[in-house]
Amino acid sequence: MDRKVRVLVAKPGLDGHDRGAKVIARALRDAGYEVIYTGIRQTPAMIAEAALQEDVDVVGLSILSGAHMALVPRVIEELKKLGLEDVVILVGGIIPDEDVPALLEMGVAGVFGPGTLTSEIVETIENALGRQLA
Amino acid sequence: MDLTTVTGLTEALLAGNRRALARVISHIENNTDLARPLLAALYPHAGQAHIIGVTGSPGTGKSTLVNALTQVYRQQGLTVGIIAIDPTSPFSGGALLGDRVRMRDLAGDPGVFIRSMATRGSLGGLAQATADVIMVLDAAGFERIIIETVGVGQSEVEIASAAYTTVVVEAPGLGDEVQAIKAGVLEIADIFAVNKADREGVDRTVMALKMMLSLGVPEKFQVMHHGRMLPVEIPQARQDASAWTPPIIKTIATSGQGAKELVDAIENHRLYLEQSGGRLWRDRLRAATELRMILRDYLLENLLARTPPEALQAAIEAVARRDIDPYTAVQRLVEEVGVEVTAH
Repeated sequence: MDRKVRVLVAKPGLDGHDRGAKVIARALRDAGYEVIYTGIRQTPAMIAEAALQEDVDVVGLSILSGAHMALVPRVIEELKKLGLEDVVILVGGIIPDEDVPALLEMGVAGVFGPGTLTSEIVETIENALGRQLA
Repeated sequence: MDLTTVTGLTEALLAGNRRALARVISHIENNTDLARPLLAALYPHAGQAHIIGVTGSPGTGKSTLVNALTQVYRQQGLTVGIIAIDPTSPFSGGALLGDRVRMRDLAGDPGVFIRSMATRGSLGGLAQATADVIMVLDAAGFERIIIETVGVGQSEVEIASAAYTTVVVEAPGLGDEVQAIKAGVLEIADIFAVNKADREGVDRTVMALKMMLSLGVPEKFQVMHHGRMLPVEIPQARQDASAWTPPIIKTIATSGQGAKELVDAIENHRLYLEQSGGRLWRDRLRAATELRMILRDYLLENLLARTPPEALQAAIEAVARRDIDPYTAVQRLVEEVGVEVTAH
């Protein structure tokens, strides 16, 4: 057995700034994960299909445009359509504090803003996956 | 539909269920308990696809070219499975798999399935895992399977042996052409694509390739000459295989220019292999390589499992101190613990 945690890092929506997403992708690689980076301007359907093909455990969404309250539920919906209810969803980017509870309510496992330590993200992933395996 | 059992996964995969396909690939990559039974169940359903390897140095535009090639195949109504391989970091064991970025035109097409694979640095295991994943995509009914590899090292040659047609991608301006077109690449290339053909120096790259090719048709399949464990009889077809001269195709992957010509060259090679008997010959070569790899891994695993760690450590120390040479050390280890063959 050589089980590796696989993470899809995607940027839904129209903003084209992917510095943050790339930094996260690299940090998660350095944490020992296999990170599939899909690039900018992904539709929710594209993200869900990539998550399915790559059979990932985690989908990380980087959103800087402010459209998170519209995009996150659509990604979750597309994932559900494909039967991927078990996938752990993380959101990173510029997310106002007041939106965080609503995102967590939707099923997002963690929301991370600028300055987040990689160790926090890794801990969230490990906890979420541990809970699923139990 | 039960995606947790061998039967459920196999039936769903053969019925075209993409989730099942993705799951099966994970079982193989992770070498789970289901991996071998799945491979055994799917093996009889494979053997129809044409398998294409795309390789070349980093930065030559392989992913973009695969994107362009696949679009041409899709226009022709053929389904395409893609395996994109990137290196595992030797420090963290993690990997950053970024080939999908260049393949976004293919997103949402049900006739395309893309899987990113990390090399994971196991003992020659990458080539075997790749061969297994190719077989799975083949069983799933994809008509063309494209493997994009990292472009460095000996594993390249092993992976190429899994393909019927190997495309070596070059690009101008990457430095000394002769350096880029090293020996080894010539042996595996069935077709050369000179990508980024809108750049300066493209004619020099083409010229360098032509010169290399004119130095003589390479000794094809030399890989097997070193395959001492399972010597393969080299039939008449070898001469026919040598009669193929790799064409050189100029491409601009970003605009799709030359992609049609490249597909035509691949299909010509496919027909050539079928008519010359080369396909059968490659199937046998592949079976030989595969068996050899599996046997090697199996024996190694078996031996290591039976070797007490302290004995191995002692042997390492002894070799490091130069008390003993590595060959003698290995011979003693094998004699001490032996290899037990048990049915699986």
